[in-house]
Amino acid sequence: MNIKRRIPWMKYASATSFYPLANRLVPIFMGLAVILAVVGIYMGFFVAPIDYQQGNSYRIMFIHVPAAWMSMFIYLLLAMYAAISLVWRVKMADIMAYSLAPTGAMFTFVALLTGALWGRPTWGTYWVWDARLTSELILLFLYLGYMGLYSAIPDRQRAGRAASFLAIVGVVNVPIIYFSVIWWNTLHQGASITLSAAPTMSGVMFSTLLIMTFACWFYTIAVVLRRAQGVILERKKVALWASQMSKK
Amino acid sequence: MDVYEFFKMGGHGFYIWGSYGTALGLVIIEAVWVAKKHNKAKVELNQMEAEFTRANNQGVNG
Repeated sequence: MNIKRRIPWMKYASATSFYPLANRLVPIFMGLAVILAVVGIYMGFFVAPIDYQQGNSYRIMFIHVPAAWMSMFIYLLLAMYAAISLVWRVKMADIMAYSLAPTGAMFTFVALLTGALWGRPTWGTYWVWDARLTSELILLFLYLGYMGLYSAIPDRQRAGRAASFLAIVGVVNVPIIYFSVIWWNTLHQGASITLSAAPTMSGVMFSTLLIMTFACWFYTIAVVLRRAQGVILERKKVALWASQMSKK
Repeated sequence: MDVYEFFKMGGHGFYIWGSYGTALGLVIIEAVWVAKKHNKAKVELNQMEAEFTRANNQGVNG
C-alpha cells in the first residue's frame, strides 16, 4: 500500500504540498525568532543578575547552552530524516536532512567558540581535550563530513544515500556528548537542567535560557524550511532541463 | 548604568561581546544567504520555464 496514503502527515512528504506550506511558515517562525531573541538578549543583559562566582561571563551561557542543545537536536533530526530517506526513499526526507546540516554545523561551531570564550575567564583556558569538548568537536566534523560527502559524489541519489549512512552511524556520538560529563570525570560541568530535577539556577536565568532556546528553534525551522525550498527549486530546474533536452 | 562599564562587563567584555557578536553575525549571514539562494533559484526557474515554453511554441508553430 502506498505509504503516503497510509500516513496522513506524509502528504507533506511531497514537494508540491511542502512548498506552499513552507511559504506560509517561514515568515511566522522567523518573526517569532527575532522577537524572542530580542526579549532574550534584553533579559540576559538587563534583567538577569550578575553571578556571584563568575561575574558577567556567565551571560555567555544564554548563547552557549541553546547552541549546544541545537547542535545535538539538529543532528538527531538529520539522522532521523536520513533514515527515512534510506528506508522509504522519501525524497523530501533527503532534502530535509540536507537542509538541516549547515544550520547544525553553524550551531556546533557557535557552541564550541562560545565555550572557548567562556572557558578562558572561567577555567583559565580556551581549550582542553575534555570529553565533552572533544565529542562536540567530533560532531562538527560529522556535520562537515556529511556535507562534504554529499557534494563530493556527482550522482545525487548516491550522494544522498552515502551521506545518510554517515549521518546514521554518527548518531552514536550524540549520547556520548550528552553523557560525557557523567561517564568521564573531566573539566566540563554537569547538566544544570535535566528533565528529572529542578534546574540549579535562578528563575530569571532559567527563563532567559528557555526564551533563547525557543528563538534558536524557531530560527532553525525558518532557515531550514527556506533552504529546503531552494533545494526543491534547484532540483526542479535540473528536471526541467532534462525533460527539455529529451524533446530535442 | 555607565555605558563604558556596561561594555566592559567587569573585564569580561571581550569574551561576552565576542560570543554574542559572532553568534548574531553567523545567524544573520546564514539567513540572508539562504534567502538569496532561494530567490536566485526562483528567478532562474521562472526564466527557464519561460524560455522553454517559447522554444516549444516556436517548434509547434514553425
